[in-house]
Amino acid sequence: MSEGPQRKTPLYEEHVRLGAKMIPFGDWIMPVQYSGIMDEHQAVRNNVGVFDISHMGQLVATGSPAAAWLNEMLTNNIDKLEVGSGQYTFLLNERGGIIDDLIVYRTAAEEFLLVVNASGTEGDLAWLQKHIALGVDLQNRSADYAGLAIQGPRVVELFQLFLGPDVELPMRNQIKTFDYNGSKLTIGRTGYTGEDGVEAFFPAQDAPRVWNEVLEKGRALDIRPCGLGARDTLRLEMCYPLNGSDLSPERNPIEAGLGFFVDLKKPKFIGRDVLVEAKENGTAHRLVAFRMQSKGPPPRPHYGIWLAGERIGEATSGTLSPSLNQGIGMAYLATSHARIGTEIEVEIRGQKFPAIIEKKPLYKKS
Amino acid sequence: MNVPDDLSYTESHEWVRLEGENARVGITDHAQAELTDVVYVELPKIGAQAEARGQIAVVESVKAASDIYAPVKGTVVDVNKALEGNPALINTDPFGEGWIFVLKMDAPDDLKQLKDAAAYRAAIG
Repeated sequence: MSEGPQRKTPLYEEHVRLGAKMIPFGDWIMPVQYSGIMDEHQAVRNNVGVFDISHMGQLVATGSPAAAWLNEMLTNNIDKLEVGSGQYTFLLNERGGIIDDLIVYRTAAEEFLLVVNASGTEGDLAWLQKHIALGVDLQNRSADYAGLAIQGPRVVELFQLFLGPDVELPMRNQIKTFDYNGSKLTIGRTGYTGEDGVEAFFPAQDAPRVWNEVLEKGRALDIRPCGLGARDTLRLEMCYPLNGSDLSPERNPIEAGLGFFVDLKKPKFIGRDVLVEAKENGTAHRLVAFRMQSKGPPPRPHYGIWLAGERIGEATSGTLSPSLNQGIGMAYLATSHARIGTEIEVEIRGQKFPAIIEKKPLYKKS
Repeated sequence: MNVPDDLSYTESHEWVRLEGENARVGITDHAQAELTDVVYVELPKIGAQAEARGQIAVVESVKAASDIYAPVKGTVVDVNKALEGNPALINTDPFGEGWIFVLKMDAPDDLKQLKDAAAYRAAIG
């Protein structure tokens, strides 16, 4: 399934040169941090940061039946996408469980780009190929493309320095291509941080040049290269789910509180029956967000959640929130326990610390 | 990387300063640089009995919790309460204000089993 236990992105050498701490991440070896998670996190909240997302997968579906076929494969409604638009959506199994969460863009009338999780690429591809429709061509283009997520309130300024003062970035959830020194940049206005930002994809061989140019132009804006560590704290403050932690083939989007990205008015898609039932009758569990109430240790994945002396679940994600300076996390709890304001406890090394279930997102820009 | 000559060191990146019969313990500059952004320190209890190489404290960064080990056998006689309010002292002054606890050693000779500065420098490359 891979080229070895530790695949490298085209930016591996650049990360090492910058002194990044490299860690295994699925099949990949990726930077977890450069200057430090706190510093990188604040750069994205206040200025701008750049992440290597070359490990993410790109699948391209083309053909006249591609739209109708994707509408049966994915939960959100493809028919709502004009050329140049994208949407967050789910790939489900027959039980309504989440195989992957992804963004699908309509790049031409009969062409779609699916940006999927690195760890999901092979599995998504196999699943989609198993259910392929006649007349649809599906290609895995992941190895051809490198990608950067450029995130933060100064992203527009950065692109004015990078591509010229008149550059017009696509609107939120839109995608556009730009010429850049003979190379082609495909830029989607999206991200995983809660800040304004883009995800840019371009030919893998251009990766070091684009990366270094972004860092060079961003110097005036106090840009930081950012690793997986800050990516996790930024997304968790926004309660964006991480597949493999907060999402799994055993959990459906309704339980995860992500029904907004499911269109049950569509007559047919894989997993629909289960989701209709879940929507009508409610689900046994809900993914909740919680915040620690004391200055104790930060919660971590798999820490036990307790209520009235009973263990009622475990954290799927947890960290110290650099913006709130408090421990935060998410957990699946029985719906009867999942009310906002419920006081719970998190077990950390045998000791219980108070926490409270809060509305998502945990962090709101002031 | 700063490795003061007058301290002893463990394989697990604690430093030890001999103070009479006591050993003051913290984590090295190398260790704090690896952890970065210390956000929480779980201090040992005063009076706790420490076994050599036994887990005695926890230092947490944003990303992970790391165990801290007692370098030698002894009794905890002091802990750095300042770390409760300002755990980042471990990052800013690992050999000074960022100390973690003081052990009254059962046998001060045990220190001889630790690395000197030159050996620790070699170990961390």
